[in-house]
Amino acid sequence: MASADVLETVASMRLAEYRDAAVVKEVPTRNGFGEGLVEAGKRNRNVLAICADLVESTRMEAFKKALPAQYIEIGVAEQMLVAMAAGLASVGKIPFIASYAMFNPGRSWEQVRTTMALNETNVKIAGAHAGVSVGPDGATHQAIEDIALMRVIPQMTVVVPCDAIQTKRATLAVAERFGPAYLRFAREKSAVVTTEATPFQIGKAQIFRDGGDVAVVACGILVYNALVAADELAKEDGIACTVVNNHTIKPMDEPAILAAARRCGTVVTVEEHQIHAGMGSRVAEILAQHYPVPIEFVGVRDRFGQSGDPVELIEHYGMGTAAIKEAVRTALKRK
Amino acid sequence: MESLSPARLTALRERANLVRQGIVRALASAGSGHSAGSLDMADVFAAFYGEILRHDPTRPDWEDRDRLLLSCGHIAPVRYSAMAYAGYFPVEELLTLRKFGTRLQGHPERVRLPAVETTSGPLGEGLAQGVGMALGAKLDEKEWRVYVVTSDAEHQCGLHWEAMMTAGKFELDNLTCVVDRNFIQIDGSTEDVMPLEPLANKYRSFNWEVFECNGNDVAEFVAVIEKAKAVRGKPQVVIAHTVPGKGVSYMEGDYTWHGKPPNREQADEALRQLEAERERIVAGNG
Repeated sequence: MASADVLETVASMRLAEYRDAAVVKEVPTRNGFGEGLVEAGKRNRNVLAICADLVESTRMEAFKKALPAQYIEIGVAEQMLVAMAAGLASVGKIPFIASYAMFNPGRSWEQVRTTMALNETNVKIAGAHAGVSVGPDGATHQAIEDIALMRVIPQMTVVVPCDAIQTKRATLAVAERFGPAYLRFAREKSAVVTTEATPFQIGKAQIFRDGGDVAVVACGILVYNALVAADELAKEDGIACTVVNNHTIKPMDEPAILAAARRCGTVVTVEEHQIHAGMGSRVAEILAQHYPVPIEFVGVRDRFGQSGDPVELIEHYGMGTAAIKEAVRTALKRK
Repeated sequence: MESLSPARLTALRERANLVRQGIVRALASAGSGHSAGSLDMADVFAAFYGEILRHDPTRPDWEDRDRLLLSCGHIAPVRYSAMAYAGYFPVEELLTLRKFGTRLQGHPERVRLPAVETTSGPLGEGLAQGVGMALGAKLDEKEWRVYVVTSDAEHQCGLHWEAMMTAGKFELDNLTCVVDRNFIQIDGSTEDVMPLEPLANKYRSFNWEVFECNGNDVAEFVAVIEKAKAVRGKPQVVIAHTVPGKGVSYMEGDYTWHGKPPNREQADEALRQLEAERERIVAGNG
């Protein structure tokens, strides 16, 4: 890919002024889900919202108020949440089912596999409070295995949007795309790096920054950390990073991953998830098969989370900007 | 409801017998599969496809059809056989059961055979999906009904109770659950493995209307479903008492036939017994 083309691509992303700490907005990604869901429900009356006793924290509350006839509450029953939604989908509904990612799909995996995926039903899982950034609730509520659980299932679409605006876009996009889908988002406020003008398409990775030394492939709220790390590396070490917002884990944008690897010759993946079997592992599968280059993985390293402040936990588990910068330097040395 | 005419009843009983013969031939051809439950639900499935369901074998995607779900997917042979004799596909296709490329998978898959309504096999999931369908019918003010056939042992699964609770909450009177109460499961008697009794009271306490019947009596089953359909404001359960392996003498009541097929000689003996019974039914002596 010619550099001019790449720069044009980056410009077309129409990103927010995320570099300016004074103007960067912080909004929880779950808010974007709440807004997108109301809009999806208004556009199509077959869109239903079903919740397992977490209507406020999953941000289904606005939908419940705006479209009460399309809202169903079933209590603390995550397996029921999935299987009932599959039944509703098989008679023409488009159910969005919400709980914490740890419980759905964490508790309901077999129902997801059988009644949603093998059964090819149009159910959408909203996995809230994913990652260690859930914070004080501790390890029981911090889903850091859910991408692995979902990406291994045939038919499943898996989307991890990078900020609140993109989560809204992703919510609308999965509503319109037939088939089982998993949408993952987080609890805490995080930087908004996209704008309403930023394009979004399921399965189409986005180049948010261009550079020829190291390709940083990130997803979710850590895309912001990747962008900050890239800026600091440019200033401090003169290292030029490409930053890819790899929001669709499945189906992954293989051409975009390969193009980034070819341009830079080394890759760092960044995700708020176990490094095993997550987004980075999928990137490694693609590169190992088609274009092997050195890869460094930023994510949780085979440990459980714990209580703490979200930022503190992100740092502790090696997903802060310092850890990303270190991984980039290591990746560069391995070229 | 008017009771079944003698001729109609004879036809349904003959259908149930033929369904059993189809099960035996399919299982023997497959060389694996579940005999006891398949055979004991032949009367129920013959009644559904022959009398109870609003359906059209030539239009399995008819929007206003009743939905019949088989939650305990391992007794798929009874459903496949009943569907074949109802005209969904040729009876000879039953011999493809469990073979490579077949629509008749070891456990039913909706994508391969849409008329089965759900993909089932992992136990305890059917009622939950039936609740979703019944709720969908209510939301859209549709008249069609949902029937879910369950095994007794799958009442040991937690999800089934979540579904029972949800059906009670939404007062799904368009939903009927049928329990194959044959008291057996792979490891022995249900009451030894994990007791289910008092099952009827458990349903009542979840706000269900409870009916019991002899699940091996077609006329009784058809009559009890009519009563269930008349209930308003509550889901209904029909606890259908059945004899595992019904119709084949050496299988009846023996839990070891839960998960195995007859071999060729055993199948021949079973078919001989069933054909003799069919002749008695048709002659009015069965």
